[in-house]
Amino acid sequence: MAEVLTTLGILVGLAVFFATILAIAYKKLRVEEDPRIDQVEEMLPSANCGACGVPGCRAFAEKVVDKTVNVGKCTVSSPEGIDLIASFLGIEASKETKRVARLLCAGGKNEAHHWLEYKGGMSTCRGEAVVNGGPKACFWGCLGLGDCAEICDFDAIAMNDDGLPVVDPEKCTACNDCVEVCPKNLFELMPVTQTLIVQCKSLLEGDLAESKCSVACTACARCVADSAPGVISIQNNLAVVNYELNNLTSPAATRRCPTDSIVWLEGEAQFAPEEEIGLPTGRVETLVDLKNTYYQ
Amino acid sequence: MAFGGNIAAIKPLSFSHGVHPEEYKQLSCNNPIERMPFVAEYILPLGQHIGAPSKPIVRKGQKVFRGQKIADPEGFVSVALHAPVDGTIDAIDLFTHPNGQELPAIKIKCDTFSSQLVTPQEAGDPENMDLPEFISAIQEAGLVGLGGAAFPAHVKFSIPEDKTCQYFMVNGCECEPFLTADDRLMVEYAEELLDGVEILNRFIKAEKLYVAVEINKQEAIQVISEKAVSRNCPIEIVPLKVKYPQGAEKMMISAILGKEIPAGKLPLDIEVLVSNVGTMVAISQYFRKGQPLIERVITVTGTALGRPTNVMVPIGTPMIELVNWCGGITSDAARVLLGGPMMGMVQKRLDVPVIKGTSGILALSDHEARVMTEYSCIRCGRCVDACPIFLNPSLLGMLAKKGFWDEMAKNNVMDCFECAACSFVCPSAIPLVQHFRVAKGFIKEKAAREKFENRNSV
Repeated sequence: MAEVLTTLGILVGLAVFFATILAIAYKKLRVEEDPRIDQVEEMLPSANCGACGVPGCRAFAEKVVDKTVNVGKCTVSSPEGIDLIASFLGIEASKETKRVARLLCAGGKNEAHHWLEYKGGMSTCRGEAVVNGGPKACFWGCLGLGDCAEICDFDAIAMNDDGLPVVDPEKCTACNDCVEVCPKNLFELMPVTQTLIVQCKSLLEGDLAESKCSVACTACARCVADSAPGVISIQNNLAVVNYELNNLTSPAATRRCPTDSIVWLEGEAQFAPEEEIGLPTGRVETLVDLKNTYYQ
Repeated sequence: MAFGGNIAAIKPLSFSHGVHPEEYKQLSCNNPIERMPFVAEYILPLGQHIGAPSKPIVRKGQKVFRGQKIADPEGFVSVALHAPVDGTIDAIDLFTHPNGQELPAIKIKCDTFSSQLVTPQEAGDPENMDLPEFISAIQEAGLVGLGGAAFPAHVKFSIPEDKTCQYFMVNGCECEPFLTADDRLMVEYAEELLDGVEILNRFIKAEKLYVAVEINKQEAIQVISEKAVSRNCPIEIVPLKVKYPQGAEKMMISAILGKEIPAGKLPLDIEVLVSNVGTMVAISQYFRKGQPLIERVITVTGTALGRPTNVMVPIGTPMIELVNWCGGITSDAARVLLGGPMMGMVQKRLDVPVIKGTSGILALSDHEARVMTEYSCIRCGRCVDACPIFLNPSLLGMLAKKGFWDEMAKNNVMDCFECAACSFVCPSAIPLVQHFRVAKGFIKEKAAREKFENRNSV
């Protein structure tokens, strides 16, 4: 009996001892945290995308309460959500435009020429790109195997029948993951207010570019003539939009484009999610064909 | 000791690990080096070497002569470029480079009525030169390592003051199956080869000179050893075992000296310098004949090629012309590679030019280039036994499939020189080297991004 009592006594003693330490630690080492941080965090979309430049929503909430970062930096929440947080904290929300990832290529399977049949090996864009730059005739073009759709954490990218990634502007948080993974550096994060987009990166001169892809920019400069002076310029055989003059852009620039490589987008996705008519896929040339075309 | 007094070892030396692919060298190893008629156009990419691309010093429509300089080196790690034929500059524009990119290049229209004699360049007398003069002469000659990587030769030969070169090795291993260009070069240009070594050793002052040759090139061993005896050249011929990748710099050093280069270090850190046989011949030709690097020997071979042979071609010749000169490709040709079957680069286009680093053109038939079904790793460990630098390709492959690039960097994937021995032995046909190339790309990009961010934050 005595052993049982001693044991109990020791255990209770230990419990009281540690409880005292904990109680003192609670009083002495307590960190005062603003309760608003938790509340702001709950009002944020919890996407943890990092598009605001802060690692995660919790850290962003801390900075917002601290007033080191404006709540408007979160482009993922809806404007109403931002206003709610702003009025909760009694601050003014800055107006940041939502950004989305835009693909600077429109040459899918039906538009771009293939010079090689890629068989076996890795079936990812990165894998194709290390084999002589991929099978496409155009060195700059989208390889269409969906590394970007794979890496997207927000389900915002889906590959369509044409082999092009369709970015859903609603779901895109501009987190930069697709920009980093694309072996051809085709993605660019653009504010949705940038409505005039040249969907091509080929630096080849007109006919040569068009021989490789039917939607290539041929640098014909019709868009330059059709828009306000200085808005579009031709640099290295490619039309380049000067976004500093973004408010001067108009859909007129796209009307006479012979290859539809320049488009006007008012916040919608770039490509149709599914092709309505099933066109034949791009023909793959054999080595013998290539030999013949070279001599013609 | 069958060949005389300068054979270094009776028993062929080698490194541990490695693989034994079938050789296929008999297709072209007995065909003497031939020349082909000049073709209509030559395309010379400005970036044929590792480092900054050259800077063109000609303009469109200008007449150029065979051997004339048409581009200056841009910075130290860069070399000059010379016109390989008499003709006119047709364009300076973007052309498809053998690496698949569209890069700036100079296109020369060949002059049909020209004698195509080389216009000798002022090389200077190697007997009365000091090291800086020699280095700049080599840079002006457009010399790069002709083994395949095309690293500017003058950068390799500029030995820093705190380092010395004790051993100089000439690499004549040519361990890639199919290729026989170096083999034929050693047999037919042995005199120039030894002359090049003698010129170079005047400046690098190595104590020991070696020529490493795999023992399947008996004729080359014999010819070089005879020539070395008659010239009284203090060079030793080292016969090496026939094994892949025996010709890789690190493997050759470990076979001959038994020393290993520490990860991320250069051969000079263990007082060794290695250079390809072609580079030696080119040095001799520049100083003796004034001919800069405007042509090289290329093996055009493969089972899907009409007439496999070795050809001395001007740099910039479109691949298709070369292939057609060698009998053209057969109807079952499925894949054309620049280089050997192990490390060569698949080509999607046959009008890309031959560049300074091209050692061979290989046409493979349908049957040889068949697609193998990929299975899961069964952890048989054959790749571990094959890897010449003792990495664990099996583990790296599994990490690559999961996208764990940082873990791969910790497991030294950056030391992999892509010899493809692991992919060659893998019974599950896992494209290991392709995975590693992708991983290296990610790791390099990440490092560059971090560097950029650090610079911006400071």
